[in-house]
Amino acid sequence: MARVVVDVMLKPEILDPQGKAVAQALPRLGYDGIAAVRQGKRFELDVVGEITEERLAQIRGAAETLLSNPVIEDFTVRVEDAI
Amino acid sequence: MRVGVVTFPGSLDDADARRAVRLAGAEPVALWHADADLHGVDAVVLPGGFSYGDYLRCGAIARFAPVMEPLVEAAHGGLPVLGICNGFQVLCESHLLPGALIRNDHRKFNCVDQALVVESTATVWTSGYATGQRIVVPLKNGEGGYVADEKTLDGLEAEGRVVVRYAGGNPNGSYRDIAGISNERGNVVGLMPHPEHAVEDLTGPSTDGLTFFTSALKAVVGV
Repeated sequence: MARVVVDVMLKPEILDPQGKAVAQALPRLGYDGIAAVRQGKRFELDVVGEITEERLAQIRGAAETLLSNPVIEDFTVRVEDAI
Repeated sequence: MRVGVVTFPGSLDDADARRAVRLAGAEPVALWHADADLHGVDAVVLPGGFSYGDYLRCGAIARFAPVMEPLVEAAHGGLPVLGICNGFQVLCESHLLPGALIRNDHRKFNCVDQALVVESTATVWTSGYATGQRIVVPLKNGEGGYVADEKTLDGLEAEGRVVVRYAGGNPNGSYRDIAGISNERGNVVGLMPHPEHAVEDLTGPSTDGLTFFTSALKAVVGV
């Protein structure tokens, strides 16, 4: 098995109220010097069998169809070490 | 006229939507998310609530429910479809309507009697209003911020597809104060506020919402 990680982030032009809330909380805790925070989602997909280009294309399809909403979000797909 | 109201796991306002349909003079038909059949209804309401617990994104999982397959096809063919709140989110996720709904800019759940201006009466669901009419219906959501890219927003405005706009202040950060939009044909309408909660004096802030349902009845039956 191998693990494929899909990271989903709101597009830069879309307001991220959650990230903003985190950014506002940080200086209150003494963590200074952080100009902005954007919050995203990380999906870990444990894939049965070998990772082929075809499998990756399938996973990109899933990321585009279900895991992200391309209207407001961008995603990246990467393979982690075998597990 | 038979109006289907879909119940997803986590739908909350399906009973109120069926009640609004009945008060408008049509026959409500309960549709089940796992049933890939519209049972010959003349129109469909996707109700408010938290389908699938709002997991992943609001409406993202409901979009792939079996009932959505015939619904999307029928909507492309002209079937009147109204998405309210979570139903609006489902319509956007299904790409029947452009754009998306994100968390309110102030990060709080909103529950208010909201003033709206009806800007388009060229849809199946709003033909009974007067253009520019001000109405008050409940608004209650945590993720009601309507967003889309500039080109899409310009297109919606140019084509007269902004159906209702927030009046008296923007309650959730929606771009250009947009509360509801339609598809090009005007048979599919989605909005965040809840017309089905404003159909009786006893339970709502007004009866302004009833016209959504009587408009569809008139469009389908011609009465």
